[in-house]
Amino acid sequence: MAVFPFTAIVGQDEMKTALLLAAVDPSIGGVLAFGDRGAGKSTAVRALAALLPPIRVVAGSPYNDDPDARDCPEADRAKAVEAPTPVVDLPLGATEDRVVGALDLERALTRGEKAFEPGLLARAHRGFLYIDEVNLLEDHLVDLLLDVAASGENVVEREGLSVRHAARFVLVGSGNPEEGELRPQLLDRFGLSVEVSTPKELAERILVVRRRDAFERDRAGFVAEWASEEASVRERILAARARLPGVEAPDAALEKAARLCLALKADGLRGELTLLRAARALAALEGAGVVTDAHVRAVAPSALRHRLRRDPLDEAGSGARVARALDEVLAA
Amino acid sequence: MKPGCVQASAAPGAAPDAARPVDGPRPAGDVAGAAVWPSAEVFARRRAPEAPAPAPSASAAPQAAFAAGEDGAGWSDAAAAADMLALDPAALGGARLRARFGPARDAWLARLAAGLPEGAPFRRIPASVTEERLLGGLDLAATLAAGRPVTRRGVLAEAHGGVAVLAMAERAQATLAAHLGAALDGGVVRLAREGAGGAVPARLGVVALDEGEESEESEEAAPPALRERLAFDLALDRLRPEPMSADHRARIAEARRRLPHVACPDAVLEALCAAAEALGVASPRAAIFALRAACAAAALEGRAEVEAGDAALAARLALGPRATQAPAAPDEAPEDDASEDAPDETSPDETPPDRGDPPPDAPEPDADRLDEGPALGELTELVIAAARASLPAGVLAGLAAASGAGRAPGAGAAGAMRRAATRGRPLGARPGMPQGGARLDLVETLRAAAPWQPLRRREAAERAAAAVDANEDAARDGARDGAGDGAGDGAGDLAMDATGDAAGDAFPPAPRRVLVRREDFRLRRFKRPAETLTIFVVDASGSAAAQRLAEAKGAVELLLAESYVRRDRVALVTFRGAGAELALAPTRALARAKRALAGLPGGGGTPLAAGLELAALEAEAALRRGWTPTLAILTDGRANVRRDGSGGREAARAEALEAAGRLRALGLGAALIDSGARPSPDAAAVAAALGARYLPLPRADAAALAGALSGAPSGAPAATGARA
Repeated sequence: MAVFPFTAIVGQDEMKTALLLAAVDPSIGGVLAFGDRGAGKSTAVRALAALLPPIRVVAGSPYNDDPDARDCPEADRAKAVEAPTPVVDLPLGATEDRVVGALDLERALTRGEKAFEPGLLARAHRGFLYIDEVNLLEDHLVDLLLDVAASGENVVEREGLSVRHAARFVLVGSGNPEEGELRPQLLDRFGLSVEVSTPKELAERILVVRRRDAFERDRAGFVAEWASEEASVRERILAARARLPGVEAPDAALEKAARLCLALKADGLRGELTLLRAARALAALEGAGVVTDAHVRAVAPSALRHRLRRDPLDEAGSGARVARALDEVLAA
Repeated sequence: MKPGCVQASAAPGAAPDAARPVDGPRPAGDVAGAAVWPSAEVFARRRAPEAPAPAPSASAAPQAAFAAGEDGAGWSDAAAAADMLALDPAALGGARLRARFGPARDAWLARLAAGLPEGAPFRRIPASVTEERLLGGLDLAATLAAGRPVTRRGVLAEAHGGVAVLAMAERAQATLAAHLGAALDGGVVRLAREGAGGAVPARLGVVALDEGEESEESEEAAPPALRERLAFDLALDRLRPEPMSADHRARIAEARRRLPHVACPDAVLEALCAAAEALGVASPRAAIFALRAACAAAALEGRAEVEAGDAALAARLALGPRATQAPAAPDEAPEDDASEDAPDETSPDETPPDRGDPPPDAPEPDADRLDEGPALGELTELVIAAARASLPAGVLAGLAAASGAGRAPGAGAAGAMRRAATRGRPLGARPGMPQGGARLDLVETLRAAAPWQPLRRREAAERAAAAVDANEDAARDGARDGAGDGAGDGAGDLAMDATGDAAGDAFPPAPRRVLVRREDFRLRRFKRPAETLTIFVVDASGSAAAQRLAEAKGAVELLLAESYVRRDRVALVTFRGAGAELALAPTRALARAKRALAGLPGGGGTPLAAGLELAALEAEAALRRGWTPTLAILTDGRANVRRDGSGGREAARAEALEAAGRLRALGLGAALIDSGARPSPDAAAVAAALGARYLPLPRADAAALAGALSGAPSGAPAATGARA
């Protein structure tokens, strides 16, 4: 079924950029989109799935094995095919066995064989794993996901099975803060955090409704209309990936990033690292060869706002604090 | 009966025939008889079986209803909503019915059911539905019978193409709302549960029966995440239903054919968006719903293009009830309204002010960017005027800002008590027999049994052969229960069978049966940290002098931050003047707690007893929900207002001590912070009566106080008089 095109989403630039950055450099470490209902959080993620360039996989591999990996067996190398980048939904109410994988019930029951049935984590390898309403997900699943996301490996020890497989994916979570906050311990495990709000301008709202209406009246037609936009963004992602290793981060930018984190008292080194990675990815996406202050400034709110020693009662939100620090540090 | 099969159950007060199942495919004759309302037959099938008939009570909160009140005009709008929904339930999401069980609600549901296409499902979902039943999963009975995994569709998938009616939506948990929301958004149920995965189509509309009493204090209402996804919000209680026409279904079917071809002029689209904005309706979903409703209205009227009247009706139904601000009077040129009055302060309901990021950049210039021209003239006015008719009462009174925050239930919204035995962090399954309330983990049990099947089948066949030689009857018993049986069947295979008839009937065991033995049984284990609720009881009276109150607020804020880290719930009880009030019902949304606190007025007498009593009520309610409440009381202890609001220092103090004693009986952790300028014996006495730790507020140092207190609520009630 046709999904609403990514490029046709009105506004929400911060969220769209964050998703694209994660697509350019998965090591940024996931995107968390929190905000108003009806702002199109899940629409954006589903649209991203249709936009992402395909990847090469070993045909029939349940783990999306990469035929170009160094340790890939020769036999598998020959079976390389193109497949869409996986964007896997982790629905609410998922149970652990389906997430990490478990004994294959069908084979066990019918043939008495002990076989591992890979779970969602295997399917999401080299792609995206999306959790809507992440704040309603059971804590133990969130812990598990973040652990796997951080280590890049899924280790299963259950029912006498002992399996480990690579599971590197970009974790994308979305939710509405009114349903409950995400545990602060988990917040900073996401690379980027964006705040999403419904459009405020009338013109923008009308555009949202009009495009939605047009899409619903003629899905195929609408998607076709946006196909060239979509293709150009896809090209941009590919070009940015190719450019990324060559993007320079001058010492000045490194220092600015460090001073920014210091000024904000952002905990740990992860903030600095993410800030730098995101800035490089943005530079790559924009076709620049060098990270500039502008890049750092553009990604700093997403990269840092959830890492501040947060005052949950600060009505202004951490976004404002980041903006203040940015002005101080970057003006210097 | 299949396990987990949702079956209607009779409730006291319901008519006897209400006990008939309401689920499953609609009997064909059902609606034929319903073509002309009223039909007792339809009521019997459609009525809410588990909802006891409410005692007619004069105290029932007057529902913010159609301005039309108790007459037919309100009904015609409601009926139009039912008909629009019947055209394409999924497109409009559904409706929230604020109504008690009664003829109006029944008639509305009957009308909706009668308008749906022949054979479309009309399912009931009880608020207590389990995730497994809602989403589907492994069908254990069928799996065991077939010897291979068989999945079963959940209620949502079963309602595909029709309507699901959620009973007692005000009791629905946030997770249930999220599941419904996901199905409404995507038209599919995504499943990743024990042994089953995939996506099943579930394009449906949801009717949320909301019997909650919406008021300032109460958070009993359908979850906002669900309300957001339903186009209509109707208050039916005061409406007098009118009969349907005899050709109702045919009329709807005709309109359904017309619907895809209904054109909607741009001006209507823009007017609906402008109206949404003027009414402070932030979510674009509402405007999209209004647009679809307008098209549906035109289709129902037999028009090929949406006209002003359709747009007005749509605004009345889909926008008005969501309004969070009263629009400017129609005379004040709404064009200006639309562009300038686009306030950031839209409403606490839809746009929490704590997400005060700058609005996203204006969209890049676009080919289809509208030109903000004369289109938003008369039509917008008309649409807004229409929507005004159905504004919630609070908004009309200009109370939007105040009431909005109180109405949106947070994570702590009313809901069934969560039992640790059914939710929480699974500790894995352990072997054992299901008894003493422990639940059998069916899938894990199957997994444990699965690898042994070939071996057991072989064994069983061999044993059976041997048993035939020995004594057939003994073997038959042996298959049922191996314990102590002489036939050499000590292992005790249980051939689990879907139909539930004796395992021995299949003799020798059918090769596809799954042989489950005692040692395969796995029990579910859960570990759930006790959920805590910190109830802040804050003295806002005049005697707690202004700057002390400010300090107390500071202390409470620091404690709130502590609670945030632990993800506690908090509630805020304040007392001043004549009585106490629940300023904030239990919630995890601490920003709201902060807002409630910041807006706390000071001054007046000190009705300490009333404050403690209200705290006790809240604590009891929390205990009933399985939470662990702790109390943090900030007062100078100088009680001077009695429970009945009258003065009298001595009597008030006695009452306070008495209330404290009752509160102590609940055995809660408590701390009393003396907010007086000097430590007062009164406050110490109350703390003693409470069995609470007594902490005089260190002079002007809220941070130190929070440090002193942070251990207190969780610790056992300490000796009184302990200095910080």
